[in-house]
Amino acid sequence: MFFTTLRALSSHWRHRPGQLAMLAIGLALATALWSGVQAINAEARAAYDRAAATLGQDQLARLERADGRPVPLEDFIALRAAGYLVSPVISGELRDADGRLRLLGIDALTAPAAAQGPTLDGAVDLATFFTAPGLLLMTEATATGALPDGLPEIALSENVPPAAAITDISTAARLLGQSDPSYLLVAPQQPFGLPPLSDATDLRLRAPDTANDISRLTDSFHLNLTAFGLLSFGVGLFIVHAAIGLAFEQRRASVRTLRALGTPLRTILSALALELAVIALAAGMIGIFLGYLIAATLMPGVAGTLRGLYGAEIEGILRFDPYWALSALLITGIGTAAAALQAMIRTARMPLLSPALPRAWAQASGRAIRLQAIAALALFALAAALALFGQGLIAAFSCLAALLIGAALILPALTTAALAILPMRGAFAEWVLADTRQQVPGLSLALMALMLALSANIGVSTMVGSFRSTFTGWLDQRLASELYVTAADPAQAAFLIEAISADVDAILPIISADQRLFDRPAQVFGVVDHPTYREAWPLLSQSENPWDQLANGNAALINEQLARRENLAPGDTLPLAGGLRIVGVYSDYGNPNGQAIVSLTRFAETYPNLETFRFAIRIDPDRAPAMATRLREDFGLPTDAVTNQAQVKAFSLDVFDQTFRVTGALNILTLGVAGIALLTSLLTLANLRLPQLAPLWAIGTSRATLARVELIRALGLAMLTFVFALPVGLALAWILLALVNVEAFGWRLPMQLFPADWARLFGLALLAAGLAALGPTLRLARIPPARLTQIFAQER
Amino acid sequence: MAEPILDLQDIRKSYDATPVLAGVSVRLTAGETLALTGESGSGKSTLLHLAGGLDRPDSGQIWLQGRDIGQMDDAARAEVRRLHIGLIFQQFNLVPSLTVGANIALQARLANRHDDAFCATIAERLGLSDLIGRYPEQLSGGQQQRVAIARALAPKPALILADEPTGNLDEDTGDAVLSLLLDLVSETGAGLLMVTHSPRLAGHLSRRIHLSRGALAQV
Repeated sequence: MFFTTLRALSSHWRHRPGQLAMLAIGLALATALWSGVQAINAEARAAYDRAAATLGQDQLARLERADGRPVPLEDFIALRAAGYLVSPVISGELRDADGRLRLLGIDALTAPAAAQGPTLDGAVDLATFFTAPGLLLMTEATATGALPDGLPEIALSENVPPAAAITDISTAARLLGQSDPSYLLVAPQQPFGLPPLSDATDLRLRAPDTANDISRLTDSFHLNLTAFGLLSFGVGLFIVHAAIGLAFEQRRASVRTLRALGTPLRTILSALALELAVIALAAGMIGIFLGYLIAATLMPGVAGTLRGLYGAEIEGILRFDPYWALSALLITGIGTAAAALQAMIRTARMPLLSPALPRAWAQASGRAIRLQAIAALALFALAAALALFGQGLIAAFSCLAALLIGAALILPALTTAALAILPMRGAFAEWVLADTRQQVPGLSLALMALMLALSANIGVSTMVGSFRSTFTGWLDQRLASELYVTAADPAQAAFLIEAISADVDAILPIISADQRLFDRPAQVFGVVDHPTYREAWPLLSQSENPWDQLANGNAALINEQLARRENLAPGDTLPLAGGLRIVGVYSDYGNPNGQAIVSLTRFAETYPNLETFRFAIRIDPDRAPAMATRLREDFGLPTDAVTNQAQVKAFSLDVFDQTFRVTGALNILTLGVAGIALLTSLLTLANLRLPQLAPLWAIGTSRATLARVELIRALGLAMLTFVFALPVGLALAWILLALVNVEAFGWRLPMQLFPADWARLFGLALLAAGLAALGPTLRLARIPPARLTQIFAQER
Repeated sequence: MAEPILDLQDIRKSYDATPVLAGVSVRLTAGETLALTGESGSGKSTLLHLAGGLDRPDSGQIWLQGRDIGQMDDAARAEVRRLHIGLIFQQFNLVPSLTVGANIALQARLANRHDDAFCATIAERLGLSDLIGRYPEQLSGGQQQRVAIARALAPKPALILADEPTGNLDEDTGDAVLSLLLDLVSETGAGLLMVTHSPRLAGHLSRRIHLSRGALAQV
């Protein structure tokens, strides 16, 4: 009996393969977008874990100098002689015109097991590793990427962080030109009876990180991606819901017949569930394949984003993970069940003897629309409360979710109300309007999907546009100098400064030190007192005469990230160099870490061993190219050692655009999925509405006119949806700029409006609706009259 | 007197406090054909639905082959329908995505009583042999009703319930379909309860009862 029932029900799909394709496409797209995003997240997190595990970063304490400079070799020798289990590491970056590589030079024989990487796993040729010219261990992806010139032999190993190589400390010392260790790793178990390390050395003991810094920093990015994946998944499920709803409506009579013939309800429900499970499994597998393709396509962009925004290195390639595939199938199954729930409940509750007249599927009553509107108002109140009182990224995203769901729920009520007040003259126009109102419940899910996609698009493009515009203006302020020079060493820098100082307006040294502030990584810069800074530096808040106070040496400027994170403001004290008064806060986009600026004099006192080898040149812009040429030709500086302002700006903007390329791609995909959802719903209604159209045709309205009305109606509803989506999108942008960005990145941006983008999106929405309506419209225009007369025969 | 297949005793049924059946009693024996006539709204279809276990009476008893189906739960009544009753509807109620052959065999398969040879015989008797591979939408109304009759007969039920089976057909086609139905019912020995508006068609059956305002009336 079960298989007969299953065969009778599933024959529907054989009879209507297009509908099956629609259901499968919806499921596959939803799975693809969700699993693609999850694959990217999983790959990135795996890369962080590999990096953390290899370096022992999150497991081992380390000894380092407070000023961030290398640890004198004598200190290491003294500690080892005293019996402490410490191991030196030389780390640094090799960079030339060909590429860049992070080097980690370890002493494999003294390194704690957690920090040995793959060196002693038996696969590495130790003789080559330990002896000159040495051996670099790196992943295949790193080895095939852009690497600096003049590297020793390379061996492949997967247990090495991306874009990095592990080598013997002597090889690292030679390649980096650094003889002293960058820091000392401390073994977790020290010999019994020794005094605490803090008593034995002046070096600062840094405890193991409880959480990986990179992973914490990038959490916001991954949460952002997950939110997008979820939105796309939800929009995809609208298609699934529409397709299942259509199948339910079309099989309503068959289900009733089966029950009348004595098939128990639970057999019918079980058959429907099994049928959906099989379809979900098949479509889910297609979705996983598509998701893998999407993820693999986006992965290089994501790698660029993470490198540009957070300095996190991940490879731009994707590995297949069976666990990821299984979890994607599971979420597809759950999504299918959620989308099918309404149809299943309706099937279960369908009275055996209700009239067998066709009824628009999902035809919500006026009461249901009112209830939805009330729920929407409650969600808006929740969103407002979260915006005002919520704290943290989860609260910000919850606020966003409440706003979007509320907006989707209130859409049918708003659309119905708007159609009610629309003035129409003439019998035909009145019929069109009344008929459109009647269709709103059936189309509401597709319109909700379209509105979500449009709002997300408006919100994200406003956020990115505001960001880009602010960022460009900020670059103009920050990159005020005409040329930027990097010398080979401080001596060459001093020589160059002396040689050209007479021919330029000013030379501004660029010098910085890595410094932990409030137990987080930060950078301290030293600046000279110069009008360039006074006139152009982008200060968000300041005390009186901040630059005068800075020049006096007892004050500091801090970036917005540090100010927001530590709740600092002008007038507070920065725990640096014995305490400096904060006199201003400046915007510092694209930097995840804290930053402070002090006077060059104070910098030199605090970090006496640091010397500058980079500087900026102020010169008449017309003379800048000649000066750059002179520096390269007369003083032999490599091409990339002299960069002009435009190059730096172009590079920065490129990094910026790379950062939001993934978001843009997901945005377009979501809109495409919403278009398909609209198509599914229009096809559903087209099938069910013939009984309403046939009488119009019978009394003299041509099929072409009816078809035109269908097309215009779809476009009109899309326009109306766009009108509602615009304020929702702007509210979304505000939440992203004022709440999510502040929580995720530590900075807040002024919101700007981009009507040209809206116009483009409006066009896209009309295009999506037009394309979706085209099929049903053409079908109606070409429908054989016999099919319409059949309507009357069936209704007799 | 022969043991009745169907025995409806003092059946009462109301919808939204409006009485539809007010104490109706009907008996039907094996091989008997009974026409149920009455004006629109007299309760004919309601009585048929109750007899088929599609609905439950407010009071009274419905005995089918010695079991009171009025007291059964949904699943038990579904089983009774599947195994003992053949239903023929005015709207045919075929499964549009199944071929004629699959539609004919549907209930017999559900009842686990499928017999290829018997189905082929019925199809031949009803003139459907050449239409086996077609879908319902490719058939005329008369052809669809013949498929519905074949489906009802295929599991060899003890009772056939027909709700205006010729109501959607023209007079000639209706007569032909009814004639076939009566022949086949007679051959299988099933009882037939048929609702019809037409006194002319009712005259073809062995007995006739008339419903008026929810109660049996003299014809």
